[in-house]
Amino acid sequence: MTEAPAFPSYAAEGSAPASFVVELSEFSGPLDLLLTLIREEQVDIYDIPIARIAEQFVLRIRSLPLNDAADYLEMAARLLRIKAQMLLPRVDGEETWDDPRAELVRRLLEYQQMREVVDVLERAGEERRNRFARAYLPQAPAPPEAPLALSLSELLAAVDRILRVTRDPAIHDVIPRAIDVPGAIALIRDLLALRIRARWSEIVPSGAEPWKVLSTLLGLLEMAKLGECRVQQPRPFADVEITRDAASEAA
Amino acid sequence: MTPLAKLLEAALFASARPIPSEELAALDPDASKAALAAALDELREHYDVDGHGVELVEIGGGWQILTRSEYTEAIERAQLAARPARLSAAALETLALIAYRQPIGRAEIEEIRGVSVGSVLKSLHERGLIDVVGRGEGMGRPLLYGTTPIFLEYFALRHLDELPRSDELAIALRAEPRML
Repeated sequence: MTEAPAFPSYAAEGSAPASFVVELSEFSGPLDLLLTLIREEQVDIYDIPIARIAEQFVLRIRSLPLNDAADYLEMAARLLRIKAQMLLPRVDGEETWDDPRAELVRRLLEYQQMREVVDVLERAGEERRNRFARAYLPQAPAPPEAPLALSLSELLAAVDRILRVTRDPAIHDVIPRAIDVPGAIALIRDLLALRIRARWSEIVPSGAEPWKVLSTLLGLLEMAKLGECRVQQPRPFADVEITRDAASEAA
Repeated sequence: MTPLAKLLEAALFASARPIPSEELAALDPDASKAALAAALDELREHYDVDGHGVELVEIGGGWQILTRSEYTEAIERAQLAARPARLSAAALETLALIAYRQPIGRAEIEEIRGVSVGSVLKSLHERGLIDVVGRGEGMGRPLLYGTTPIFLEYFALRHLDELPRSDELAIALRAEPRML
C-alpha cells in the first residue's frame, strides 16, 4: 500500500484497498455492524465519537446491494442525524442537556444483551446437535389401491345414468362482438372532414350498444393521441366536444 | 437394575421424542413419584457409571435417551444419522428475543434487532420452534409469538428458567416490557 489508504484501518490486514469488499452477510443487522465498529475502534459505548463511527458505518454499507440496504440506510440516517444534533451549540451551564446518543446507546445495550442470550442458545443447540435421539421410523407407505374392475355394460349404465340426470342441458350461445376501433376512427374522421366541431352525442346516439360506446371512446383517445383532434369537456358530465386539430389541418 | 428402571428404559428406548414425566408415571400406576424419580436416577447412573454409549437427558419436562457426543462424528461419517442444520444468526437472535420476552410481537422484535424479521418468523414457525400465542393490543391486534416444546427439545433445555435470567447477563437491562 503505497498511497494513503483510501479506506480506514478496519480493512483486513494484507488485503489491498481496491479488493476490499465488506462481507455484510456476516453481520445480522445494522446494530451488529455498529457494535462491531465500536469494538474495533475500542471506544466507550457511553461516549461514542459519533462522527467517526457514522463515517465508517457509511463506508461499510457502500458496497451493499440495494435490496438488503434499507435497514442499514435507516441506521446511517439516524447516525447522521445524531451527528448533526451533537453539533448544535449548547448553552453553557445548562444542566438538562439530553444526549442525542442516549436512545442509540440504550438500543445497542439491549441488542448486546440479546447477543449474550444468542451465545447461550448457540452453545446449548450445538450440544444437542451432537447427540442423536432414536431415529423416527418412516411412515409405512399406504398399500396400493386395488386395480379398477369394470365391465363395459357397467360403464354404459353409468353414462346412461349421467345423461338421465342432466336431461335438459341449457345451452347458451355466446356471440363474440369485437370492439371496432378502426371503424369508429373512420366515422369520426368523416365527420370532422365535414365539420370543425362535433359533439359526443352526435357520434354516439343515446342507448347505443356498449361495444359501440367503447369503440368510439377508444377511437377518440387514439386520435387525440395522434393529434388529429382535440377532446374537451366544458364542465363535469357535459357533452364532450371534439374539435378538428389545427395542426393536422395544416398538414 | 430394579424392574421399574428396566420398564422406564424400555419405554424411553421405544420413543423418538422425550417422554413427559406424567406419561412415564402412567407406565406403572402403582409406582409412587419418589419411586419413579429413584428409578430414573438409577437408570442415569447405570448409563454414566457403567459406561454406555448413550445417556439419559432431561428435556422440556420429559426424559430422553441420547447418544453421547463423542460418537457423533463416527455415526455421521458412517451416514447412519445426520445432524440437523444449524440455525442462522438471524434465527437465533429472533428466538432469543422470543424466549425472553414472550409473548412478543413482530414490531418489537424488529425494533430491537433493527431489521425486518417476517421471513425469519415464518421459517421458525414452520420448524415448530415458535407459535402464535395470542394477539396484542393496539393497531391491527398484532400476532404475539412464544416458544414451543420443540424449542426446549432443540436446545435440550429442561425448562425456560434454565436460560440465564436477564439480570444475570453481563449487561443487565431494565426487564420491564416496553410501552408500545
